[in-house]
Amino acid sequence: MKFGVIVFPGSNCDHDAYHVLSKHVGQPVDFVWHKQTDLSGYDALVVPGGFSYGDYLRAGALARFSPVMNAVKDFAASGKFVFGVCNGFQILCEAGLLPGALMRNKNLHFVCKHVNIRVENGSTPYTSELETGEVLSIPIAHAEGNYVCDDATYAELESNNQIIFRYCDANGAITEAANPNGARSNIAGICNAAGNVLGMMPHPERACEELLGSNDGRDIFRSLTKAIAEK
Amino acid sequence: MKAKVYVTLKPGVLDPQGKAIHHSVELLGFENIRDLRQGKYFEIAFDAELPEADARQAAENIAGNVLANPVIEDYRVEIVS
Repeated sequence: MKFGVIVFPGSNCDHDAYHVLSKHVGQPVDFVWHKQTDLSGYDALVVPGGFSYGDYLRAGALARFSPVMNAVKDFAASGKFVFGVCNGFQILCEAGLLPGALMRNKNLHFVCKHVNIRVENGSTPYTSELETGEVLSIPIAHAEGNYVCDDATYAELESNNQIIFRYCDANGAITEAANPNGARSNIAGICNAAGNVLGMMPHPERACEELLGSNDGRDIFRSLTKAIAEK
Repeated sequence: MKAKVYVTLKPGVLDPQGKAIHHSVELLGFENIRDLRQGKYFEIAFDAELPEADARQAAENIAGNVLANPVIEDYRVEIVS
């Protein structure tokens, strides 16, 4: 089993992801520079957070044109796992690997804090070690996390159970007050129709150690590891 | 040969930056403003000998594939020689 963490100019959560995968997941992991086009050695890729290309034009818009992205599309099409966090989620939306888009937060602020998210679908490769309805405490750190999509896309996400995480209060209630960025229907993370590509704004790689305030993120990586092992 | 590309948020897509600007403009004393929305403007300079039709097609392509995100944005291309 081997993980790759893609590094774009401006990625800054790549080392966090690498640390968690090597130390807590205990699997071999490589940094994959964005100019690399051969991904044949990997079982799963993490598209990490940060500010690829300085967020120029739109968050994630220019990373989509990096040489590695064509290979990432083929990788995803072959059913292998692609996990985008924060800027990685924005990149996957811009690249068309996930539906919708991430816009400027409704309140215009860069929001950096722990939030609660509810697991909406506990039977995906990324959530099998979690229960549907479980509440996780995971930090967010973004200015463009306001998920938008048209009504047809939303209906499709709902009916295919592709909404994986929603912002909620401590009791798991989906409320306006618990929505940190104005995202449609409190959406914090979605997957593609096949279920092998996941994007989420919260940072599970920053929530894998008690020392950092929460280790709720670990079960997401554990689930993914299990899914790879069973493949 | 130059292309001007205007990228605007689709109607109905919330524009928090436009709203903040609107508010500031009102504080400046301007009233009777129903709405203010922010967009982006690009100028693309093509080689002088490129035919206008080709320039238009290229600019439309660039606007649709790079400059605008069709999920949330519309674009308009103008060619000026």
